[in-house]
Amino acid sequence: MSEDPFSPTAGLPPAMAQIVEEFQALPERERLQLLLEFSKELPALPEHLAGHPELMERVDECQSPVFVNVEVDESSAVHLHVSAPQEAPTTRGFAGVLREGLEGLPAEQVLDLPPDVCSRLGLERAVSPLRMRGMTGMLARVKRQVRLATAAA
Amino acid sequence: MALPHDGDEKLAAYAHPEKLVTTAWLAEHLGEPGLKVVESDEDVLLWDTGHVPGSVKVDWHTELNDPVTRDYVDGAGFAALMSRKGISREDTVVIYGDKNNWWAAYALWVFTLFGHPDVRLLDGGRAKWIAEGRETTTEAPEPQPADYPVVERQDAPVRAFKEDVLAHLGGKLVDVRSPQEYTGERTHMPDYPQEGTVRGGHIPGADSVPWARAAAEDGTFKPRAELEGIYQQEKGLAPDDDVIAYCRIGERSSHTWFVLTHLLGFEKVRNYDGSWTEWGNAVRVPIATGPDKGEVPAVRR
Repeated sequence: MSEDPFSPTAGLPPAMAQIVEEFQALPERERLQLLLEFSKELPALPEHLAGHPELMERVDECQSPVFVNVEVDESSAVHLHVSAPQEAPTTRGFAGVLREGLEGLPAEQVLDLPPDVCSRLGLERAVSPLRMRGMTGMLARVKRQVRLATAAA
Repeated sequence: MALPHDGDEKLAAYAHPEKLVTTAWLAEHLGEPGLKVVESDEDVLLWDTGHVPGSVKVDWHTELNDPVTRDYVDGAGFAALMSRKGISREDTVVIYGDKNNWWAAYALWVFTLFGHPDVRLLDGGRAKWIAEGRETTTEAPEPQPADYPVVERQDAPVRAFKEDVLAHLGGKLVDVRSPQEYTGERTHMPDYPQEGTVRGGHIPGADSVPWARAAAEDGTFKPRAELEGIYQQEKGLAPDDDVIAYCRIGERSSHTWFVLTHLLGFEKVRNYDGSWTEWGNAVRVPIATGPDKGEVPAVRR
């Protein structure tokens, strides 16, 4: 079966495609509640990163202090760590989506993610385009860190 | 029926103390008939994570803005919104929010466009309520739809459009953005996303008074004497001046509009909500760059 190139899940790895499907299946207002669930599930930083701001990169595009760290392990799998304040649940939700959607993916697949993946969640109207930029910025920084890590390897 | 005013001593010194309540006052009156509490935040999900018991969320982007025209909802839209939130025209409305009440002040300003008789801000906003360990809940109230009349929006007294600002050039203008946005070094708030303004700088003749100068460490408003020191002594503004305040999209300048109008008793302050996202992109409007106010050019109309 050939894939519809305009489908919201086109070109996405399975975990991210499943998240996009979950969002798209809901009416707009309920998508916000799903984003809230993702914000609650965002794990705390692992021990080796907590308390080490020098290892984290600030996401300037976010309206709150948000920091990301990307690790690429020996098998080239990507691990994403994000810290975002409790007072910024929308941003935490975006971080949770990226984390769940990207965790453990091979580096090349992360780099190949379509740049518009964030807008495929269908949240623009409920969240406002202004608030969406943080997530796009977060993804851009994740990809940059993956590029750095794989170039160094 | 309106609730009693907060007799707090700091508030009493302001020109219109009835426009503010303290967290202690709110805690004491919570749940009384005739009191409606509204939370308005930058983060659209923050209310959902926990809020003042009984409060309803009003979102600036999805509920106060018109979805088609870059404008606020009209009288019928506002009446429908109030009805959904269970707010009637006679209710005392207390608004609070995140980020030093920026969006709360913005919402209060929009309520003012519709002349809601009794609308107040919670001094210190959400952060102070939480810092004091006061009660929050994630329970969403189910308001009884209220009967709110369709009131025509009155923009003229408190709202300025681009044409009004052009006609006002040479008059008192307050730019409440960060110093770097004022000089034109950057077109967005430090740490905030670039929002697509073609040019950086300020409206010629505008004074730079970043909004945060009016706020104390804990997010409450500074006492009246300190505010007078900034706006009146230092900047030479007078309560009978015709003043227009602006920022980037009109939310931070709502905070300053509130300070000048309700705390210092200025009689004619307008908020230019088009602000820099409009002015910095508009064709044939003059700007000034650098730290000086800049020369006010003759404008071709």
